[in-house]
Amino acid sequence: MSANTALAEKYRNNFLKEIEEQVEMGDWVKMCMQCGVCSGSCPTNFQSAWEHPPQELFMMIRAGKREEVLTSSSMWNCTSCYNCIVRCPRKLPITHIMHGIAEYAHRLGMAPKMQPTRFFSGLFWKNCTHTGRVNELKLSMGLYFKDGLGAGIKEGMKMKDVAIGLLKAKRLNPFELFGGHKCKDQKGIQAMLKKAYEIERSRKAAKMAG
Amino acid sequence: MADIKVAAYICKGCGLGERLDTDALVKIAQKDGKVPLAKSHDFLCNADGVAMIKNDIANEGVTHIMIGACSRRAKTEAFFFPENAVARANLREGVVWIRPDTEEARETTQDMAEDYIRMGCAEVKAMTAPGGNTNTGTSKTLLVVGGGVTGMTTAIEASKTGYSVVLVEKSGELGGWAGKLYKRTPVHEPFKSPADTGVADLASQVMGDSNIKVYLNATIAKTDGAPGRFVVDIATESGATHTEDIGAIVQATGFTLYDMNKLPELGGGKSPNVIDQAGLEALAKAAAAGDGIIRRPSDNQPVKSVVFVQCAGQRDPTGTHLSYCSGFCCNASIKQAMYFKDTNPGVDTTIIYTDLRTPGNGEDFYRSAQEKGVIFTKGKVAEVVPNGNTSTVKFNDLILGDTDASMVDVDLVVLATGQVANSGINIDALTKPQVEGQEGEPSAVGTVEVKPISILNLTYRQGPDVPQLKQGFTDSHFICFPYETRRTGIYTAGPVRRPMDIAQAREDATGAALKAIQALENAELGRAAHPRSGDLSFPKVRLEGCTQCKRCTVECPFGAIDEDEKRFPVFNESRCRRCGTCMGACPVRVISFENYSVNTVGAQIKAVDIPDEFSEKPRILILACENDAYPALDMAGMSRNEYSAFVRIIPIRCLGSVNTIWITDALNAGYDGVMLMGCKSGDEYQCHFVKGSELGRVRMSKIDDTLKTLNLESERVRDLEVAITDIERVPDMINKYAAELVAVGPSPFKGF
Ligand code: SF4
Ligand code: SF4
Ligand code: SF4
Ligand code: SF4
Repeated sequence: MSANTALAEKYRNNFLKEIEEQVEMGDWVKMCMQCGVCSGSCPTNFQSAWEHPPQELFMMIRAGKREEVLTSSSMWNCTSCYNCIVRCPRKLPITHIMHGIAEYAHRLGMAPKMQPTRFFSGLFWKNCTHTGRVNELKLSMGLYFKDGLGAGIKEGMKMKDVAIGLLKAKRLNPFELFGGHKCKDQKGIQAMLKKAYEIERSRKAAKMAG
Repeated sequence: MADIKVAAYICKGCGLGERLDTDALVKIAQKDGKVPLAKSHDFLCNADGVAMIKNDIANEGVTHIMIGACSRRAKTEAFFFPENAVARANLREGVVWIRPDTEEARETTQDMAEDYIRMGCAEVKAMTAPGGNTNTGTSKTLLVVGGGVTGMTTAIEASKTGYSVVLVEKSGELGGWAGKLYKRTPVHEPFKSPADTGVADLASQVMGDSNIKVYLNATIAKTDGAPGRFVVDIATESGATHTEDIGAIVQATGFTLYDMNKLPELGGGKSPNVIDQAGLEALAKAAAAGDGIIRRPSDNQPVKSVVFVQCAGQRDPTGTHLSYCSGFCCNASIKQAMYFKDTNPGVDTTIIYTDLRTPGNGEDFYRSAQEKGVIFTKGKVAEVVPNGNTSTVKFNDLILGDTDASMVDVDLVVLATGQVANSGINIDALTKPQVEGQEGEPSAVGTVEVKPISILNLTYRQGPDVPQLKQGFTDSHFICFPYETRRTGIYTAGPVRRPMDIAQAREDATGAALKAIQALENAELGRAAHPRSGDLSFPKVRLEGCTQCKRCTVECPFGAIDEDEKRFPVFNESRCRRCGTCMGACPVRVISFENYSVNTVGAQIKAVDIPDEFSEKPRILILACENDAYPALDMAGMSRNEYSAFVRIIPIRCLGSVNTIWITDALNAGYDGVMLMGCKSGDEYQCHFVKGSELGRVRMSKIDDTLKTLNLESERVRDLEVAITDIERVPDMINKYAAELVAVGPSPFKGF
């Protein structure tokens, strides 16, 4: 049984309870009074129109719409601007809940695979933990080629003037593609991260086991 | 009539001396006003000025006083001469403050002042000092009808103030609706959990109070008389009737829950597991008496899931059910959801609402319910389908836009139906057609059907209960005198007046108790209750001239006039509010007050000097309601908002007191136009006498015929709604009307 089916079974009709127990700050969801101030304040909601703005996500959680919430791309759109937190009359830590739900969906393997911010988060993490330093060239290339070679070249061509400008200003070093610079104690960093991973993993496993 | 001696006093203070030729005003008073004694004073309202007047009263035999100074609304303490007839010419707010201080305006401003002096002198001569009503009673006992929270609170508060109380309760015990509750919505910190109702405590206070006499299983068989001297027959279960002398009455008859059988689509009456809030209180009480578990009525199994349907049969725009919000039921459902959560957090409790209305500290209570895990779903319930021991609740999820949302296997559905007032017989349905001169229209959509049983059984000509406004709630002056009914000395409090919760009902009860006490005290002294509180004048009728047309008895907004067996009007002065509507209605003009009559106003209208049509000085008569329009005009003066110098303003008690003869007289005398300024009428009325302005307007609607007979344009009379806040608007209205009349041209009646 996958982690998802196990947890779905465990909380059966009570998705709200699942969110309360599994998601960071999830116990705040029940306090939402559906005023909609968060959705109205969210700058990204105005840009690309979230599938489900925060207020609606909270209602869906209460209505037990598990599948729809966890597979949604909505919470991945949050840019952590904190507008909603500042304005929520009920003081819900909305930004944190957004990330909490995203992270939980990811943990269950239900998050939309190619959603750009999710994809970028993974890429960024791999990139910076590898050498202890962010390799900007590899990071941006990775994002360009997210949807395959053709799309990547097309994306790259669009940005070529910027790239040439950066080259001229010595802001971009093409040799970074081959290894790039690293931090001093690469081993130390790796060991630290490994330990942190372990702590986190055991905490979450305990939670998921209930 | 005894000899009268009139004196006129012109003040020169507040800039009047600089802006007006006061010597000329004194001469006008002597010559045109024909007063034997006329003086001016530098500062009439100061001690010296007042002493001068008092001296003239004592030593010169002055009986009637005309004061040309500020508005009659100002300096009422300085110019207080209760033994004398007093008229005031408004030279300050009404003349110098509303006119520009320029050379070219000087003449018309002086004209204005001179006319007001003429009017004041004419008015005061037509007056006598009011002596007060002598047909009074002295009972200081309060009757409280209804033994619920409102009634018990009224009784306790009145008793604490030192008045004795008779409390009549129709059922066998005190407590009313609140007595049926398991617990109440909290009213104290921290507003987190249901609280004790406090009913037992109130009831024992009432029973233990020697000032309060309680009749249980009793109803009011008859209420006769007037404030201060009501005689009330109380019928008890045994068949015996007890008679009590009563000073004033508070009706606290509460409400009945809207009948859920009228909501079959919501499962009302279709399953024992679909109940109203009263039903749940009963279940919770039964549970508390047993093992604490609330059980499903159909099979006595513990309730595991419950859905509350808010606004059931309420806030209904279609007109089928109640159109209003009862205000208490959101908090009540929250409280009831807690009955479940507080004993077993595992019970699923969902409240389906469209707008959750929890004002004030209700917000904390709401939050507490969320913390306890009550689920709040914004949606509109379309249907409740009972099926065996459970139900399916189908609703439109308003947040998720899901029109087919549903909840299945619900053990218990609670419908939040609203409050329907226990207000007795809708007497307006009986009397309205007569007033408006047409046959009874079918009752308005959405009205609750007429309840057939009278509560007070008043012997009044106008019907056995207090009048209602909308949806069966008793009529009161919502803004200014909330507990007041249209029956003087009878007050309503609690949900019979408007939907409300326990906390509001207790506040209401206290307010009504104090108003009722005021009323019986005023009644004993022969004085009016508000809005003319303390007024000693009252309507006098010259019965020799009465044609028994019954207009006064029908129109009196306060049911003050009965009829004797020969069908002559019988005035009950203590029930009268001194609005003058009867005086305005009387076609043969036999009703008058000592200080306000067809003559006092008519004499003023005639006293105005009407320049000929070549002078380009039109004259506009304004009859302005003293409660709203006149203060608005005064305040326009205080803010120095200018208006035309061609108007002459006469304050009237109410638009309802306007007798059409005044308008005919004014038009015949050559006035170019007449403006009537009264309060808003209709359902959203602002009239201090509730129906006065409406009745006045009905009367005035026939003025067109008069205009036609006189061959005059319909623009010559203008009926306007003016509120006390119209400080900017009213000068504007005047100026526009004055400009309009220039276009119509001068009245052809000038110079006749
Ligand atoms: S602002 Fe807060 S209370 Fe309002 S909808 Fe958003 S989360 Fe809910
Ligand atoms: S913090 Fe996230 S959810 Fe909140 S307003 Fe900003 S982007 Fe929107
Ligand atoms: S108080 Fe709440 S349930 Fe009651 S009518 Fe108003 S909104 Fe509806
Ligand atoms: S109409 Fe007004 S003034 Fe006349 S009896 Fe009734 S309350 Fe009194």
